[in-house]
Amino acid sequence: MHANLTVVWAGIIVFAVAMYVVMDGFDLGIGILFTRFDVGVERDTAMNAIAPVWDGNETWLILGGGGLMAAFPLAYAVVLPALYAPIIAMLLGLVFRGVAFEFRWRDPNHRARWDSGFCLGSIVATFAQGVTLGALLQGIKISGRAYAGGYWDWLTPFSVLTGTSLVVGYALLGACWLIWKTSDLVHVEARRFAAVLTPGLLAAIAAVSIYTPFLSNKFYATWFTWPGVCALAAMPVAVAAIGFALYRHTGQGRDYVPFVLTLSLFGLSLLGLAISMWPDVIPGRLSVWDAAAPRSSQIFMLVGASVLMPLILAYTAWAYWVFRGKVAHEGYH
Amino acid sequence: MTGTGTALTLARAQFAFTISFHFIFPAFSIGLASYLAVLEALWLKTGKPVYDNLFRYWIKIFAIVFGMGVVSGIVMSYQFGTNWAVFSDKAGPIIGPLMAYEVLSAFFLEAGFLGVMLFGINKVGKRLHFLATCMVAAGTLLSATWILAANSWMQTPAGWMTNAAGQFVPQGSWLTIIWNPSFPYRFVHTVIAAYLTTSLAVGAVGAWHLLRDRNNAGARTMFSMAMWMAALVAPIQILAGDTQGLNTQEYQPAKVMAMEGHFDSYAAGAPLVLFGIPDETNRRMTYSVEIPKLSSLILAHDWNAPLAGLDTIARRDWPPVAIIFWSFRVMVGLGLAILGLGVLSLLARVRGKLYEWSVLHRLAVTMGPAGFIAVIAGWVTTEVGRQPFTVYHALRTADSVSPIATPAVTGSLLAFVVVYFACFVSGAIYILKLMAKPPSAHEAPPEPKPIHAAGITPAAGLK
Repeated sequence: MHANLTVVWAGIIVFAVAMYVVMDGFDLGIGILFTRFDVGVERDTAMNAIAPVWDGNETWLILGGGGLMAAFPLAYAVVLPALYAPIIAMLLGLVFRGVAFEFRWRDPNHRARWDSGFCLGSIVATFAQGVTLGALLQGIKISGRAYAGGYWDWLTPFSVLTGTSLVVGYALLGACWLIWKTSDLVHVEARRFAAVLTPGLLAAIAAVSIYTPFLSNKFYATWFTWPGVCALAAMPVAVAAIGFALYRHTGQGRDYVPFVLTLSLFGLSLLGLAISMWPDVIPGRLSVWDAAAPRSSQIFMLVGASVLMPLILAYTAWAYWVFRGKVAHEGYH
Repeated sequence: MTGTGTALTLARAQFAFTISFHFIFPAFSIGLASYLAVLEALWLKTGKPVYDNLFRYWIKIFAIVFGMGVVSGIVMSYQFGTNWAVFSDKAGPIIGPLMAYEVLSAFFLEAGFLGVMLFGINKVGKRLHFLATCMVAAGTLLSATWILAANSWMQTPAGWMTNAAGQFVPQGSWLTIIWNPSFPYRFVHTVIAAYLTTSLAVGAVGAWHLLRDRNNAGARTMFSMAMWMAALVAPIQILAGDTQGLNTQEYQPAKVMAMEGHFDSYAAGAPLVLFGIPDETNRRMTYSVEIPKLSSLILAHDWNAPLAGLDTIARRDWPPVAIIFWSFRVMVGLGLAILGLGVLSLLARVRGKLYEWSVLHRLAVTMGPAGFIAVIAGWVTTEVGRQPFTVYHALRTADSVSPIATPAVTGSLLAFVVVYFACFVSGAIYILKLMAKPPSAHEAPPEPKPIHAAGITPAAGLK
């Protein structure tokens, strides 16, 4: 029973992380591209496309962190000190970009500065999230119930690769969101960015996928033995097919399609990640069962989550629906 | 892992710094969200434009305060893991679910409806918009409920046991954990503090503009509403503080001893130390000004009741006496000053001079930041008073810290200081700029506004 609850909670945390990547991914991506847009109408339109929803998007990150502490306290206690520098960098990046949303309207004389802060904060936060993922995949030293490595262990060629890949990926998500939500100049510009970023993301996915199985014997065994080898054969085909469709749709076609296709690339990447990691929360060191909170904590939270999560999804969907359609120059008024 | 020396001190400094900055924003946004809901309700009920204008005036300020609260709050939810890993591992099974409930029931509610509250009035109509405002206000209160339940559990842990891995795990009902002995008192005292803080800030803005233009309708209304709040709620707050003090006396006597500056026990009637300088090394108060037996009257409701002092507590279990002694006096002093302001405003009302008496207005402007300072001072009193434990009498602060080397903690602390000052000081300046503008009869909605290059849409058809 406890084992099943643990699996459920692992699923909920993965869901929160996936929701975060989907939702904050595109608004971080718009931040990454932000200073590439012209000052004035273009930037203001890009900002209008995310202003009403970014708060909710970032809340999924708090759920990821808070949920991890609640459901897998040991993992939370080991992973965060191990990834100290990238986590702090991510938080500070998020502070910078978060305040810029409001400040750029309040201070027209320094708007250029807050716009740069918005862009830089988004890049730093995204890169740090990618580094965090890479550093987690490559393994973390543990002794007893604590992190046992140094404070530079996270920095490796692989973590820099995953960091860069995520910057490219979020930027593409952001561009695709703008293709969907805007018209005129910004729309045309966003299509151009997407056309450049699509091959970039495909290359990044390929590089990370080729690198990952060689990080540990466990990853290698997962992918190169039955049944993992089926996934190994299917994944590149699926990624290539979606990538090709995406590339074609960056130039023409329905405006929502590129966003959906990019999301499915993220979905496949996440699936690959889950296949690599399962059932560990820290690869090779700590399984979800080792790190799980006691049963009564899991049940107490599950009661709340099963009532509140559907409600959250419902009113979040409503909020998105209220602001549906293209963002006009006039913002939301 | 027992932390000692520099890394531990720096980790504590970092937590104190980030939480003090963070706490300012919710203290304001809890009150402002409720105030906005009241303004919108009055507007819907009476149809008077002054309420609508005040709503739009304050929502621009609310947007900034709320945004800063969100980003400084994200930092807090990861700070437990980065700097206090052992605490997170041990207390996670109890503190974690409380915080998860806060995220699920409060943060999503606030953030989900905030967009509609800020930008959606023309999209959803008045009634749904009012619902969104109420949901945001409810979210701020739910958030306070859960986080104060978690905090109170650290102060007065209940319903727990230790498992084989050394973790604190629930024993029996979660209700025992949530309704731990100090939670109801702390919740009432903190939420009222947030309301008072907001009313003083609103009152100061109203007074500032009354000093320039006594006939500004918005300034008159906000000043009057704020002064009602101060006059009616300040006495309640003093009572709430008193009951929380008695609760603390029962469950955390060492904290009260430090607040009172009682190094020694008194067999028959302890004096109330008004001022003095605590000398922890020699275990005595110097230069103290005392009122005989008054402390016994307050804490035990008897002039001659015996009262134990810090001499009954092992030295290694003392909280830092001087900090708490002073922060407590700052809080109480400001609380009494707020009560004074409220009483003066009643006097002005009776004499029919509420909008004319410039001395009162100047006083109200001066008292604008008083709530924020009192809230921080109160928070310092209760949190520093919990030391040297993170979970009272169950886990020491020195045993809670992450295995992080000094240079890493130093670097991150410096980065936090630089970024927080750059961002939050700018934010404070923008808020003051907005407050310096008088509320107008045609207050503009919050940005993103119509973009001028694409043609001006004046006041954007606000219905």
